[in-house]
Amino acid sequence: MMGLILRLVAGAALMLLVFVLALLFDGADRVVNARLQRRIGPPILQPFIDQLKLLGKENIVPRRAVVWAFNGAPWVSAASMLLFFLYIPMGSLPPVLGGHGDMILILYLLSLSGVAMAVGGFASGNPIANVGAQREMILMMSYEFPLAVVMATMAWIAYKTGMPGHPFSLETFVAMPVWSVVGKVGLLGIACLFLAFLLVVPGETGKGPMDIPEAKTEILDGLIIEYSGRNLALFKITFALRALAVSALMVTLFLPWSLGRPLGLSGALLFILDFLWFWVKVFLTQIVVITVMRTAFGRLKIWQASEFYLVKVAGLSIAGMILASLDMLL
Amino acid sequence: MEKQYTIPIGPVHVGLKEPITAWLDLEGEKIVGATVRPGAIHRGIEFMARERNPIQVIYLAERICGICSFSHITAFVRAVEDAAGIPVPPRGQYIRALTLELERLHSHMLWAGVACYSIGFDSAFNLGMVLREKVMDVLEVLSGNRVNYGVGTIGGVRWDITPKVAAAVREMVKYYRAEFYPFYEIVTEDPIAHARMRHVGTLSYEDALRYGAVGPTARASGVRCDLRHSSPYEAYADFDVTPIVPQDYYGKAYGDVFDRFLVRVHEVYQSLDIVDKIMDGLPEGDIVWEKNATKVLLALKKAEGTGWSAIEAPRGDDSHVVHLAAGDENVTWWKVRAPTYANAVSWPVMFRENELADAPLIINSIDPCISCMERILTTDVGRGDQRLLTRKELLKMSREKTRRLMGK
Repeated sequence: MMGLILRLVAGAALMLLVFVLALLFDGADRVVNARLQRRIGPPILQPFIDQLKLLGKENIVPRRAVVWAFNGAPWVSAASMLLFFLYIPMGSLPPVLGGHGDMILILYLLSLSGVAMAVGGFASGNPIANVGAQREMILMMSYEFPLAVVMATMAWIAYKTGMPGHPFSLETFVAMPVWSVVGKVGLLGIACLFLAFLLVVPGETGKGPMDIPEAKTEILDGLIIEYSGRNLALFKITFALRALAVSALMVTLFLPWSLGRPLGLSGALLFILDFLWFWVKVFLTQIVVITVMRTAFGRLKIWQASEFYLVKVAGLSIAGMILASLDMLL
Repeated sequence: MEKQYTIPIGPVHVGLKEPITAWLDLEGEKIVGATVRPGAIHRGIEFMARERNPIQVIYLAERICGICSFSHITAFVRAVEDAAGIPVPPRGQYIRALTLELERLHSHMLWAGVACYSIGFDSAFNLGMVLREKVMDVLEVLSGNRVNYGVGTIGGVRWDITPKVAAAVREMVKYYRAEFYPFYEIVTEDPIAHARMRHVGTLSYEDALRYGAVGPTARASGVRCDLRHSSPYEAYADFDVTPIVPQDYYGKAYGDVFDRFLVRVHEVYQSLDIVDKIMDGLPEGDIVWEKNATKVLLALKKAEGTGWSAIEAPRGDDSHVVHLAAGDENVTWWKVRAPTYANAVSWPVMFRENELADAPLIINSIDPCISCMERILTTDVGRGDQRLLTRKELLKMSREKTRRLMGK
């Protein structure tokens, strides 16, 4: 009973924290993006101001919309993204719901929020939102395959090399960096997987060259075209949370190094330092992978993005899988 | 067979600078049919001109377009000079050519930025805007204005090139030679920009001729046409301007958006060369035929006849025809044919076999100026019916209307 209450409190606190961090990182993303483009950019708290403004606006539901799906989609997508963080170990801290879910659940939560967004687009009854939702589904089907290959290979490596812990549990990868358990060929394989995951991130977050479902100059923000007020605020949070979530997943899987342990810390100090270190790593990852990528490139077309993921990135992830397997079997 | 549905791009759209509607019939993402409906921004400038004398009309002509404002007044004053037989001193001609080239520079930079924006490449858009500031500053030094410069007048120009202006122009040329290259490189070597623009919105050489495309749109399809080359006006005969076509640089003209981009980027360099030559060969002397506006007006009042002029605006051929009647102070009639009018006809051809994602890019690729283009508006609100007017009917209606306005 005590444990349950503790978990509830920790979970609530964590959700509040990621909510603030997601918007803060979103603000930082906008500032860095502006600076890279020789602009000044908005104040770093702009996303909070936007949220407050949107919450004060009227929530318009189009006449032709399927009302329950239209209003429900933002809640489902935002909630599933918040749930995501309950399964992520932060630094040396175990996840709040550790042991109750694994990598596969996390993938489902990511997909669920994407599907919910698409459902909201379809439900709004607008042909442009319809196009956006179709694009979202196509994009999702394209990047899920390389992502699944990356995840499965990671678990396979963990299982084969006998890393302590359950192979599908994220804690396994935090306790022992996956780079340290394989040989030279395996390192190359993991590098391939890392690169494949890195290329999946823009698709997963809908940013950078893969902002196709929300293409502003083509389909006017696509699937969120009909959203306003509270619903739009929820979608904005979802986008910020997705960027944060995928960066956090990347840090957990590929960049798990602790800062406290090499310094010889222990106890509460270790947990606090590693917790902060974790968010620093997430922030840097988000800036490099999402902000810089979206500043450096234009937008692809949906079939080009699909081809990119299903041929190039999938090939890269399979190469990683083969190299890692070779390393473990030979 | 997929279900067809129709999506409007416009009249007000993030990717478009001006109001125009393209109704796209889609099968999935593929465009199977396109109907372009202009008519949202007609202002009746020619009608207003009938109550103004030619010098007042200059300021009206300047407001036909916000980007190629000087091209329109150059075409207009040249037409008036043609009708009244007014000569322009060589220094005036050189300054006109200089301003035209400065205008081409900022028009092309704006276009390149907007094209990048259409494919979601916001960084290049912002870079283009930063680069464009420089030429706007030079125009401000020359004339005191950034958009409608008020440089041209009948018989010459109003502002001389002082040493200060000359220094600013020289500095600008140096700045662009150093700064524009990275921009060119980003865009031509960027794999995503290439993927988005190559084989998109293709207009073949034959189609470009058949539908009468002009300017960079035609040149990108491989048509060697440039009025600065084929029928030099102002000071251009001194510089030997050759039309820029992609086959001269890359062996083959595809006529797609990518080629239109290349042509415009190379034209920026060409304009820089021309600006250099203008500054080197600037003749001494008067800048205007007659400084006193009253005397000019008196001469124009006596003039009788129709004047005609066509110049190479940044977007293509811009033609103005003006009629002056002896004893009448005002312009009797005035016709404007902006380049977009000729290029817009090619839109439905360009839309063929393309996707929804390309639509705003294709619309932007001819650098449309809708307010330049819309010179006529017929409405069926009064009659309460809808019908398609043939070319013959339209011509007849236009002639009747002109006669009625002229009181004959």
